[in-house]
Amino acid sequence: MNKPMVGMIAGAVLGAIDGGTAWFVPAVRSEMEGILMWSSVKGMLVGIICGLIARKVHSTAAGLAAGAGFGLLFAYLVAMMPEPDGTHYYLQIMVPGFVLGALIGFLTQKMGTAPEKA
Amino acid sequence: MSFLPDRALDHLRDVTETPDFSDTRYQVEEEIGRGGMGVVYRAWDAQLERRVAVKVMNAGYAINREAKLLAQLEHPGIAPVYDAGSLPDGRCYYAMRLIQGRRLDEFLRAEPALPPRLRLFEKICEAVAFAHNRGVIHCDLKPQNIMVGEFGEVFVVDWGVARAVDGATAPAAGTPPYMAPEQSAGSADARSDVFALGRILRDLMPDPPPRPLAAIAGKASAQEPAARFGDVQQLAADVGRYLDGQPVAAYRDTVPERLARFWRQNQVLLLLLGTYLAVKLFLYFLAPALK
Repeated sequence: MNKPMVGMIAGAVLGAIDGGTAWFVPAVRSEMEGILMWSSVKGMLVGIICGLIARKVHSTAAGLAAGAGFGLLFAYLVAMMPEPDGTHYYLQIMVPGFVLGALIGFLTQKMGTAPEKA
Repeated sequence: MSFLPDRALDHLRDVTETPDFSDTRYQVEEEIGRGGMGVVYRAWDAQLERRVAVKVMNAGYAINREAKLLAQLEHPGIAPVYDAGSLPDGRCYYAMRLIQGRRLDEFLRAEPALPPRLRLFEKICEAVAFAHNRGVIHCDLKPQNIMVGEFGEVFVVDWGVARAVDGATAPAAGTPPYMAPEQSAGSADARSDVFALGRILRDLMPDPPPRPLAAIAGKASAQEPAARFGDVQQLAADVGRYLDGQPVAAYRDTVPERLARFWRQNQVLLLLLGTYLAVKLFLYFLAPALK
């Protein structure tokens, strides 16, 4: 399996799990469908980008940094969308997004096959 | 009563011991090794203009069983034979590559780190396994018979007592403590070399040795041939697994050791997962306060 595919799958799964933890917050439990979807999309996008980077750069540190950076960026974009009552959950979305992005970046470095150099 | 002074006697002894290479293309420079079967000299090959090692067999050793055997073993870890012949006094000789390097025991004194030692051991195993595959067992593996080149290349030398892998009886040969018990009884097979390699592995290990590595060496040098690794490849594979941080076949890990290995192999992943869980728990309990 190639690295962008690994990133996409890992991002989707981890994003869904991350979104699923919102169930423990009663205030947003009614929004679970949207949270799960956006969290998965966010994870997939981070995973694909990290996978593309991992094809070119073979470095655990670079994977961690890229994943954390893009994880934070996409988490910020998701956190910008307010809840129906107008609340923003920047901290609750961005901090886990940052760590999860690093995790996805790490996985894309360690798993999947990079194209062979000609 | 002595008719000649000591210096004259020494000179005569040198002259009679130094082989006469005048009819060959080799000019002997100096003695570089001496064993039970012959003497090895550094020599100049005047025809090809290069330095070689020339082994002159002691009188009575038939030509050139060792040279013929070595000629069958074309491997980077075994010095190639260039030429073979007889001297005017009837002794046989053969020329081979002159190995620039140190003996394994000298190398070990200068290289204290375990991983390079074990990688070297794997190379020794490769050469010995190749010989076994070609039907030859060395029968005298020991640190003194292994040379390490300047760039970490390994050569297994002194195949003087090597024999075919057919389990046939043969005169007891080898060097204690590297000689397998069955060799004393005149019988040897590939597992006798495994025994010697197990003893060499012990020499490579630090004190106290890591338990999995001690178990590998212990299994390789078991008294009973049946209790040893079946062949050299199995031994090398287990050492390779140890080097890669994998569980070895010769040793059953305890639970703490398994956990420690899992931690070493997945440190970053476990740290990231731990951080994620810690963040989530922190936010879960902090969330009410943030409202």
